[in-house]
Amino acid sequence: MKFIASVLLTILMSFVICLYMDWWSIAIAAFVVAICIHQTPLKSFLTGFIALLLLWGGLSWWIDIKNEHVLSHRLSLVLPFGGSSFLMVFVTAIIGGLVGGCAALAASYAREKK
Amino acid sequence: MRIIHFSISLFATIALIILLGTKLVLPAPLAELLSPQHGVWQNAEPATINYSAELSFPRLKGKADVYFDERLVPHVFADNDEDAFFIQGYLHAKFRLWQMEFETHAAAGRLSEILGDKMGTTDVLNKVDRYFRRLGMGYAAEKSLQMMEADTATKMMCDSYTAGVNAYIASLNYSQLPLEYKLLGYKPEAWTNLKTALFIKYMAFDLAGGENDFEFTAAKNILSKIDFEAIVPLRPDSLDPIIPAGTLFDKPGVAVTAPASADSLYFNFRKDNVVLPVEPIKPNKDNGSNNWAVNGKKTRSGYPILCNDPHLGLNLPSLWYEMQIHTPHYNAYGVSFPAAPGIIIGFNDSCAFGVTNAERDVRDYYTIQFKDASRSAYLYNGEWRPTDFRIEHIKIKDKPDFIDTVAYTVFGPVIFDTAYTGRSSAGKSYAVRWKAHDASNEMKMFYQLDRAKNYNDYLEAIKNLHTPGQNCVFAAKNGDIAMWCQGEFPAKWKRQGDFIMPGTDSSYMWQGMIPQAENPHMLNPERGFVSSANQLPTDTSYPYYFGGSFPNYRGWIINKRLSKMADITPQDMMDLQTDNYNVFAEMARPVLLQHMNEAVLNADEKKYWDIFKEWNLRSDTGETGPIVFALLWEGLEKEVWSDEIARIKGGFVPYQSSLLEGVLRDSAFKFVDNINTPQKETLSDDVQAAFKKIVPALKKAEAAGRGSWAAFKDTHITHLTKLPALSRLHLAIGGGTHIINATKEDHGPSWRMVVSLTPETQAYGVYPGGQNGNPGSKYYDSFIDSWTNGKYYPLWVMKQNETADKRVKFKMNFNQ
Repeated sequence: MKFIASVLLTILMSFVICLYMDWWSIAIAAFVVAICIHQTPLKSFLTGFIALLLLWGGLSWWIDIKNEHVLSHRLSLVLPFGGSSFLMVFVTAIIGGLVGGCAALAASYAREKK
Repeated sequence: MRIIHFSISLFATIALIILLGTKLVLPAPLAELLSPQHGVWQNAEPATINYSAELSFPRLKGKADVYFDERLVPHVFADNDEDAFFIQGYLHAKFRLWQMEFETHAAAGRLSEILGDKMGTTDVLNKVDRYFRRLGMGYAAEKSLQMMEADTATKMMCDSYTAGVNAYIASLNYSQLPLEYKLLGYKPEAWTNLKTALFIKYMAFDLAGGENDFEFTAAKNILSKIDFEAIVPLRPDSLDPIIPAGTLFDKPGVAVTAPASADSLYFNFRKDNVVLPVEPIKPNKDNGSNNWAVNGKKTRSGYPILCNDPHLGLNLPSLWYEMQIHTPHYNAYGVSFPAAPGIIIGFNDSCAFGVTNAERDVRDYYTIQFKDASRSAYLYNGEWRPTDFRIEHIKIKDKPDFIDTVAYTVFGPVIFDTAYTGRSSAGKSYAVRWKAHDASNEMKMFYQLDRAKNYNDYLEAIKNLHTPGQNCVFAAKNGDIAMWCQGEFPAKWKRQGDFIMPGTDSSYMWQGMIPQAENPHMLNPERGFVSSANQLPTDTSYPYYFGGSFPNYRGWIINKRLSKMADITPQDMMDLQTDNYNVFAEMARPVLLQHMNEAVLNADEKKYWDIFKEWNLRSDTGETGPIVFALLWEGLEKEVWSDEIARIKGGFVPYQSSLLEGVLRDSAFKFVDNINTPQKETLSDDVQAAFKKIVPALKKAEAAGRGSWAAFKDTHITHLTKLPALSRLHLAIGGGTHIINATKEDHGPSWRMVVSLTPETQAYGVYPGGQNGNPGSKYYDSFIDSWTNGKYYPLWVMKQNETADKRVKFKMNFNQ
């Protein structure tokens, strides 16, 4: 329950904070949520990772569908993703997940009992 | 323990952000680019996008509505002219901001600022930025800007346009930046009227920057006068000039005489022997165009039809942006230049207008003698004259600035000197005198053309066109058709400026300008049509020297076709514009066939020779004949010229027509002999040798699946960054050099337009691009397939009461 709530809250906070701030503010969102809702380091990491994986993956996937893959196809050739729209979405999701996960992990350690 | 874990994970987070969000480690800030709410995903436009919007800007004087049709062509209905130009600036920026800024950065010599001093193998700083600055692009733009801003109409036009561009830029945040800014990692700066002036100078460079002064001088050093005249003739035999041969011209208003020293100092063939610098950038020699107008006697409707297709480098985003502008004062439709206000090629409710390039030589070089290495004084009319210095401050991405000090003389900027030699210039210094350095106000021409009602208005409008000189075609609903070879051109003595001139006194300077009224022109000629395709404007009866190089075959075939045509419909004109008949091959093939001995051919060679023999002379997509011809002609040129030309350093290329006309006149054309062999080669030897050498290339092309003309020619339209992923490659389109459909590898008809001036205008057009410059939009390249297939769109001149028409897809309202 705590886990699901954390994930949802991280998604929500990340989305809102990115309306106003740069992309790296997702780390702040994941950190703050993990400070407020304390979990074990592993669970915290997974919370941040899954939340941002879903948010960045979901958003880019949705944008890509609506765009009918026009841009993702072109850019996957500029970036080294060999024409694969899926790879563009996948890498986007992983990058978001890693940053979110690490930030949440740091937060978990920050509140860990001695 | 906890502190350590915390520190490590915090460090990992920050390290990830730096790794993925900057260019310190990776070549691009991957996370910044991929962040769905900021980066490139934001440029992925939904296929179902709705551009409709309510916008308000305090600068607007009234209300305006913009209706976008299904091709995303905006139809602007504004209360007043100022608002129309503001909206045009806003729309250009909304759909084309990056290219506008990139092109004007290029013109200003500022690409190092955004690309760095090197990009791949290109030396951006030395080959591009310093070259444009030393050519005086900024100097020229500043002078023209003064004139543009001194005129109330063009000042209003440019101020409103600039405000519109800036209104759009001000509304942008990072996520809305055009894709290219994100990929290259910089941000747009404010637009200025100077940038519009720079863009006009960029067009002047592209269209009036063509000359061969260094190449011809190098040739002069090696060739005899007779040989030079044979390779670079003043008038090709197959010329059908813009103004028909036999036309009489008045006595010249400006008399010019060659300086007394010309024979010894200028026409000094085989004398001088220096290695000359080569210009780093030359405008594409194929920059040209077709335009023509037929009068009502030749059309089915009884009204004139005007056609134009400017041949330019083909890029994405396109050079052109199509639109309609309607105000209480005028109603113009056509293509505009993102970066400049007004409609450039198009029509209004009364008339239509278009241009082809004049190809005249308006850029000459003078050898300057500096007093010493400081370059602070130069010899001029027997005394040391002080130099003006212009300091060019070039910013370079991630590097310290580069300062270039350019010396200015009475002739113009010293483009090549010891500080910037291109190649070794043996310590010599060359100043460039370029017509584009003179102040002029070309924007006024478009201001007036867009609202021209008749021939006199058109004539008044084009008088503002000084550089680049253009053949301006005109047709009106009242039945008039006209052509003016317009520009402000120096009056030159014969061959003045074909070679580099002495610059130690005033005797070799341009002696005056040809009076505008004496520019070649015609109004309503008896033959019922006017046309131009970059050929020489007149026969030798015209009292001034033209200079420049002029392709003659397109003009020849166009005139031949037009003179035979009757009962013309717009469809006939579209068929003519997209015609792939190769008239150059028609003239050349008989000579080639005559000089082939088929007995010397093996089976493979015979196969290709038969293809060539039976070829229908059309450079259509599926033909193999044009490949054989193109390679054979190239091979023959090599056989004939390479021995003589190899001694000339610096990229000298004889005209294609020189060889053909040389052998048509006399098959014992002296150059067919290879001067490096003891025996005497004949034309037959050369043709057979050339053909045997190209067969392996023909077999290889066929084996690689490039055995058809379109696949062999491989037309492509590349993004301005040259990124293949943002380009359209391998387009199946015919045509080529000397063909009316002048589509080459990356160059060709950049806008095809046919306007029938019936009471209700019927117009058709297409350009190889799309209205939206964003590679993430479906409107990015949406016209390319139609263009490739020779299809046109009907151009909808929307009326104010047609707002409910089903063609209207989106509506933008502009309010105060």
